Amino acid sequence: MSFLVIAEHDNAELKGATLNTVAAAKAIGGDIAVLVAGAGCAAVAEAAAKVEGVSKVLLADNSAYEHQLAENVAKLVADLGKDYSHILAPATTTGKNMLPRAAALLDVQPISDIIAVESADTFKRPIYAGNVIATVQSSDAIKVISVRTTAFDAVAVEGGSAAVESVDIADDAGVSTFVGEELAKSDRPELTAASVVISGGRGMQNGDNFEMLYKLADKLGAAVGASRAAVDAGFVPNDMQVGQTGKIVAPDLYIAVGISGAIQHLAGMKDSKVIVAINKDEEAPIFSVADYGLVADLFEAVPELEAKL
Amino acid sequence: MKVLVAVKRVVDYNVKVRPKADGTDVDTANVKMSINPFCEIAVEEAVRLKEKGVVSEIVAVSMGSKQCQEQIRTALALGADRGILVETDAELQPLAVAKCLKAIVDKEEPQMVILGKQSIDGDNNQTGQMLGALTGMGQGTFASEVTVEGGDVKVTREIDGGLQTVELKLPAIVTTDLRLNEPRYASLPNIMKAKKKPLDTTTPDELGVDITPRTKTLNVEPPAERQAGVKVADVAELVEKLKNEAKVI
Repeated sequence: MSFLVIAEHDNAELKGATLNTVAAAKAIGGDIAVLVAGAGCAAVAEAAAKVEGVSKVLLADNSAYEHQLAENVAKLVADLGKDYSHILAPATTTGKNMLPRAAALLDVQPISDIIAVESADTFKRPIYAGNVIATVQSSDAIKVISVRTTAFDAVAVEGGSAAVESVDIADDAGVSTFVGEELAKSDRPELTAASVVISGGRGMQNGDNFEMLYKLADKLGAAVGASRAAVDAGFVPNDMQVGQTGKIVAPDLYIAVGISGAIQHLAGMKDSKVIVAINKDEEAPIFSVADYGLVADLFEAVPELEAKL
Repeated sequence: MKVLVAVKRVVDYNVKVRPKADGTDVDTANVKMSINPFCEIAVEEAVRLKEKGVVSEIVAVSMGSKQCQEQIRTALALGADRGILVETDAELQPLAVAKCLKAIVDKEEPQMVILGKQSIDGDNNQTGQMLGALTGMGQGTFASEVTVEGGDVKVTREIDGGLQTVELKLPAIVTTDLRLNEPRYASLPNIMKAKKKPLDTTTPDELGVDITPRTKTLNVEPPAERQAGVKVADVAELVEKLKNEAKVI
């Protein structure tokens, strides 16, 4: 079996999601090639070549791929992917945008968001907002798979010594152009990569009160997230949303503050190693998944917690 | 310009589904069915574009059993002009849906196709992107803002870490994210009017599409349950537990 793993990167750095995706390929077993498609991204290819378990790196360095436009990258992936038994990408917004398009070009029904490998053609994936786990078998010649990164432990950044091959294809479909990007700037770790995540819900009452969580986060080196209720109420921007339709996180420690625990929120954080819930409503469903529950007014408990750390 | 909107019939988002005891499928007997929330946002966006004078006709398409007519009628009550049902009782996977939509796009020649980014049953998040591949159109997925300017559409997309804006040549595909808009409620007069709007029925066969499933669901099961832990009395005990028992701080 042979795997083509699509690297997640920003032309400067190889992102951690790639390591989890390589891990999923390793769980099936076979030769693993990593495709780095971008512009001015040679450093990313160098980094990918060192990743544990990678036997080859394909570098497609061309302005057509600079912003990961799905129309262009999907064509490249479909072209290169014909020679592999499996094509895998992380189930990030970049992967989810591009991969189904590549699959359709190959006439393949992709399998989204796998959380476990049963065999080379059979995988587990969550459906119905995580309320049900389906075991799905593919009959397509090429398996096209997106990987829920939190479900696979990352392979080591070092340990491999793969060769980097340049790919001389420049697919510009000519139907889309990149206009701009507004990325939230923060000194705190990224939500999906943080080992500690503190999330606030409707109980925070307003956006200013999130300052309390930021302070606590800085003490713990944590990232700050939010429930959909808090995002919908306009307290914080939507890239902070943890849940089935937002970010899926699985940190070592997840602290839910003023979050009731709607099923779609739980779907985004229930694989965290340790869950703490702080909520004044002792009937809140969040307590049914929390390892440690504290029934208290968050406006007293959070500052006290910060002071005691 | 003409817009095509895809609407899917799904188990209502308020229903907590459970696997059947034999693990063959989820139990959807006597369960409330609704229009997929992301599809509802797609209909709303098309209607808003029509109200702005950008769009002249909205065609709502659904696929599946005869009952999908209900979801098309919902779209018609929200402001779509006519409906098309691709009727089949067979299982439809996203690739097959994309192929049927491609056949309808070829006939209808819309300038834009708006779909939900995913359906809340299968959670695949694939159909729009695959329709993009099959038609060669550009795709603005996970849209939080859509602006039509001349022969282009500008789409602001929700991506990990923030927002990205792309410009697509029309015709183009847009898939909706949650915050693109807040769908309106259909008024009673509009629900009555919707009953008189045209609704055509076709089949995958008539469209010349092979819908044979490519994947097989071997089993469905509930997720591993997480056990509730303990309640701590105060912040001091919480800190003590996190330090000494869980050893995470």
